Amino acid sequence: MRHAPSDSRITAGAVALAAIALLIGGAFAGLAVEGAQDLSGAVAAFDSYLFRVARFTLWQAALSTLLSVGPALLVARALSRHPAFPGRRLILQLFTVPLALPAIVAALGILALYGRAGYFAGVFAGLGGGEWPGIYGLSGILVAHVFFNLPLATRLFLEALGTIPTDQWRLASQLGMGARPAFRLIEWPVLRAALPGIAGLVFMLCITSFTIVLTLGGGPAATTLEVAIYQALRFDFDPARAVVLTLLQIALTFIVVVALTRLGANTVGDANLPVAPRRYLSAGRMESALNAGLIALALLFVAGPMLATVLSGLEADLGRLAGEEAVRRATLTSAGLALLAALLSVTLSLALIAARRALSLRRRAGGAMGLLEHAADTGAGFVLVVPPIVLGAGWFLALRHVTDVFAIAPVMVVAVNAVMAMPFAIRAIRPAYDAASERHERLCLALGISGWNRLSLIDWPSLRRPLATGFAFAMALSLGDLGVIALFGSDSVQTLPYLLLARMGSYRTADAAGLALLLGLVCLMLVVAADWLGREGKS
Amino acid sequence: MTTSNGTAQKGLAVRLDGVSFSYGEASFRFDAEFADGRITAIMGPSGSGKSTLLNLIAGFEVPDAGKVLIGGTDLGTAPPSARPVSMVFQENNLFAHLSVEANVGLGRSPSLKLGDADRIAVAEALARVGLAGKEKRLPRELSGGERQRVALARVLLRDRPVLLLDEPFASLGPALRDDMLDLVAGIHAERKMTVLFVTHQPEDARRIGQDVAFLDEGTIAATGPAEDFFDRSGPDAFRRYIGDRGGTVAGSQHIARKRT
Repeated sequence: MRHAPSDSRITAGAVALAAIALLIGGAFAGLAVEGAQDLSGAVAAFDSYLFRVARFTLWQAALSTLLSVGPALLVARALSRHPAFPGRRLILQLFTVPLALPAIVAALGILALYGRAGYFAGVFAGLGGGEWPGIYGLSGILVAHVFFNLPLATRLFLEALGTIPTDQWRLASQLGMGARPAFRLIEWPVLRAALPGIAGLVFMLCITSFTIVLTLGGGPAATTLEVAIYQALRFDFDPARAVVLTLLQIALTFIVVVALTRLGANTVGDANLPVAPRRYLSAGRMESALNAGLIALALLFVAGPMLATVLSGLEADLGRLAGEEAVRRATLTSAGLALLAALLSVTLSLALIAARRALSLRRRAGGAMGLLEHAADTGAGFVLVVPPIVLGAGWFLALRHVTDVFAIAPVMVVAVNAVMAMPFAIRAIRPAYDAASERHERLCLALGISGWNRLSLIDWPSLRRPLATGFAFAMALSLGDLGVIALFGSDSVQTLPYLLLARMGSYRTADAAGLALLLGLVCLMLVVAADWLGREGKS
Repeated sequence: MTTSNGTAQKGLAVRLDGVSFSYGEASFRFDAEFADGRITAIMGPSGSGKSTLLNLIAGFEVPDAGKVLIGGTDLGTAPPSARPVSMVFQENNLFAHLSVEANVGLGRSPSLKLGDADRIAVAEALARVGLAGKEKRLPRELSGGERQRVALARVLLRDRPVLLLDEPFASLGPALRDDMLDLVAGIHAERKMTVLFVTHQPEDARRIGQDVAFLDEGTIAATGPAEDFFDRSGPDAFRRYIGDRGGTVAGSQHIARKRT
């Protein structure tokens, strides 16, 4: 006769799940209807072009993963061998910047450095003889992906190395272990355990990468599924092909996500700065020199495009840009949409977190999770399987019969960006929520504090900071996103990344650089704020 | 049965009628009656079900079978806040971000809408537990003992006929613990509520306990007046639990005094 009292948190979670299901289900319905209407077209879309695109998608992702994860392993080990040197903290902080930087900003930074007219063009031309063609195509994609994922993988490996107990180091030093046996016996086992998860995460990020491939890919020779979906909808208008491409993309990401979960990967990527424990083994002179070289190379590689973004941005006529009507409108649109998306994202996340907690409290120890609890637990993860461009494509196809797809751009951008940011928002909020609930749950029950009273008197004061962290992070992600707006954007609804893409397309490179600087700075400030809020909240 | 002039309502008897409950691997079965207006010390080894017993009475857990009756009324699945019960936990009795006054005031109104009369009642309750003038403090500005006093002030304000104490003084030093127990005994003398308190310390039980209930392996193994438990005729399992040290606590103090 176990009877569970109703809990408004569970209702809220169910509503949030329904909203997410509607967003994803609507996209799928759009795809299904479109595919069913034009079956022969869909079958015909399975042509050599499709297979070439699919092959390139996998190939560039595999290469990017190899080039990011291999060096990252060495750099992380080098950093962990030298737990205290001047600037170490700064380097680690710099390595968190790519997480905040919109892909289009990084792409521009890389072009400004290695492009046909980039700062290094002269050097490369001198080295190779003849004119430097720039790094469009596969090489451009790889450089950009490594720029994003080398720092991420480095931080994750460093975190893994941080889990080695201090006692093991003490023991190693007592036994007189040199660098090589210490690596083989102590560091490598930990790194090897972390390797599949980290490589899987990077691979996943690279097969769903859209903006980088769109801006640096250049031509049908270097196109991935996501970009092909976009082109099928925006340029060729070939819905049948879009459906097939989308299904292929979903199947691919689904397989990777399943494999990732099997490997126990951290599919969100952590923004924490690892703290180095005290070390008892000191590196020899030779090793120190090698490590210093490695770290310096990685630093140059990561800092280069950032520096180039700043320099080329400052060369732009910022005053004129700021006065331009289009820029002002895009800034306002971006800010408004990002605010709304962040608000929605945090609200949905909180609803899922609270429902999950309420359900797990109701469940006894050792009991099995119900369907709803499973959904509340992993619901946001669906977004990882269904990339934003796929959601956008589904709704684009569904809505074009009913309404003007470009008019609903704001709704789509807000909804998809909100859901896209949820895994990150949940990571920021959930630990704080669960800890607060651990302290307050019985007291609230005993005193009959529930519903709105509980939210305003108890939950809000203790969750303000983590909510703000999640909000700032979601806003930064939404501000920098190009995926959905690329499909739905038009002259009447332009965000900053969309405007940036347009300026790039019309070869107004200086304008694009100026906008990139603006966008990059705003996102960076938001993520720094998010980090600071999260840190303060912990103390 | 609170009367308008503030005199307290009397305690109500607590009865567990064939209550069974399981939690993971552990299972419990309780049949007991705690008389109204008495102070009962709940003792027993870790995992014997002391906290579970209190949680079932308070409504944090719902029995798989059987009934919990307070004052003869079956509480069924009534939520904790609707039961004639106040409970003080070992920790987390206060909301860290709310002032002492607000934390006590929540005992009057869960939406914290307090009128002047309520504020006066809060101040009186705080004065009764020795915290007069500390209304605006935050919990982190109080000592551990003071925090539990705030919780007791809220108990006074809620004025429920049953008070459950789940080791609320376990982390306090011996002298402070005695003070707090005396405070509970004083409140009990005024309000005559039924008190069940969990403790690991025989001295605590001897100090204010009128009855003792001894729990072992998920069931109530023995109950009776406290004095019967602490002389040599107490149940064997209980004497093993407190450790038969060839004399009672008071006895050993007596010996110590002789030697000086």
